[in-house]
Amino acid sequence: MTIDWRPAADWSVLVKRADFMRQVRQFFYERKVTEVDTHLLSQFGVTDCHLNNLTTEFKYPLASGNRTLYLQTSPEYAMKRILAAYGKDIYQLSHVVRDDEIGRFHNPEFTLLEWYRVGYNDIQLIAEVSELLTEMCDAPETKVISYQQCFIDYLGEDPLTASGVESIRQRLIEQPALTDWMSEEADENTILQVAFSELIEGQFPEEVPVCITEFPKSQAALAKIDQHNPRVSRRFEFYYQGVELANGYNELADPAEQRLRFDQDNQRRKQLNLPTQPEDIRLLAALESGFPACSGVALGFDRLLMIACGAKSITEVLPFSIQTA
Amino acid sequence: MANYSTSEFKGGLKIMQDGEPCSIVENEMVKPGKGQAFNRVKIRKLISGKVVEKTFKSGESVEGADVIELELSYLYNDGEFWHFMNNETFEQVPADAKAVADAEKWLVEQDVCTLTLWEGKPINVQPPNFVELEITETDPGLKGDTAGTGGKPATLSTGAVVRVPLFVQIGEVIKVDTRSGEYVSRVQK
Repeated sequence: MTIDWRPAADWSVLVKRADFMRQVRQFFYERKVTEVDTHLLSQFGVTDCHLNNLTTEFKYPLASGNRTLYLQTSPEYAMKRILAAYGKDIYQLSHVVRDDEIGRFHNPEFTLLEWYRVGYNDIQLIAEVSELLTEMCDAPETKVISYQQCFIDYLGEDPLTASGVESIRQRLIEQPALTDWMSEEADENTILQVAFSELIEGQFPEEVPVCITEFPKSQAALAKIDQHNPRVSRRFEFYYQGVELANGYNELADPAEQRLRFDQDNQRRKQLNLPTQPEDIRLLAALESGFPACSGVALGFDRLLMIACGAKSITEVLPFSIQTA
Repeated sequence: MANYSTSEFKGGLKIMQDGEPCSIVENEMVKPGKGQAFNRVKIRKLISGKVVEKTFKSGESVEGADVIELELSYLYNDGEFWHFMNNETFEQVPADAKAVADAEKWLVEQDVCTLTLWEGKPINVQPPNFVELEITETDPGLKGDTAGTGGKPATLSTGAVVRVPLFVQIGEVIKVDTRSGEYVSRVQK
């Protein structure tokens, strides 16, 4: 048996990867956004029920008595503590780790580009993401469309009404691939997310980046609720060339609301028979000390490179994927 | 039979779907950054041979199928069953017409075939990729007509009909690719 020791990525791809890192740093240097480099190992994980931390046991207990350490799924909480303390524009380009993800677009360890702009709303940040895509991938101007409008345009259904969701569920039941479990699915967000992936995403124009805005309140994650339309949040997502590329928020700043979202996540975890996660008390304390109005976004760096290289799988742009790591 | 979680899905895994044993052909994990993950799976139904697509919610379990594949050599047909033998244990396995299906026309005594067994019973017979069979019937080729005209039909000893070049004659043994049903070459006896 031959042992697979060689990098999966061509040398030209590794050179492109290095160029990309330099370009990202140049992009933010020109905009006076400071690079930060926060921890990968944390005493807290993430409550989001669709994300799972890998954990490790530290040999020497910390002052708190903690031994279990969580590999971070994104640097979000740490960066928000820096924002709460100093109120400055910051970015980070670093490895993050998520349990349970291997696939064409997934490797459990990958590189995330995350940045925060103080005083920006989500519309301003969307414009900046669009500029980055143009600069790095020659992307044309982004098509911005709300979650609701996107369902209306591509599916003829309204995702924000109960009757609309039921009608979407019926459409999914008609799909032979989904009939088995969709007829019993009661969770509104699952129905919408499956409809989005299976019936809508594939219809997006390939040549233009598409930004979906105003996700339903129940899919707000860590975004603010819209002041004028409480049914939706100020969360957005970028798609380009069939790839989900970035997720951003006009950031939630209210500590009470943040605590509530942690609780809701853990409630949902219980329903799904997933272990609950301790709430990151340091993030909550940071928000309580006062948090600047800001917007932030996390962008999959390897996926951006996939687009630039025309790669079919993430393994083509990583020096080593988990299978040969 | 064990259950498999979607995280264990991979090509070749045998699972039960719609009461039928199936083999996973392709498994793609679809995971939105914030949202329900699922597996888009292509499966081959092992009895009907149909390939269908199914989308599973990630984290769910699916019943495994008690399916094994065995390399057995073909012995004979008794009119009802086709009999195969394990060359190591000498155990014999009869397969019915439903399991043999189209493979019938490629079965050559002593050839090693791949049999798929579900709960101990054959449900599929896969002949070797290449078999050697004698021509029992074909028109005599016309002298001089060697241009690529697409050849002529020839009936083989098992009843299979394949297109052969014009120069190939009755009594000759030819090599055939069973996957495409195409002539490969003449075999020197």
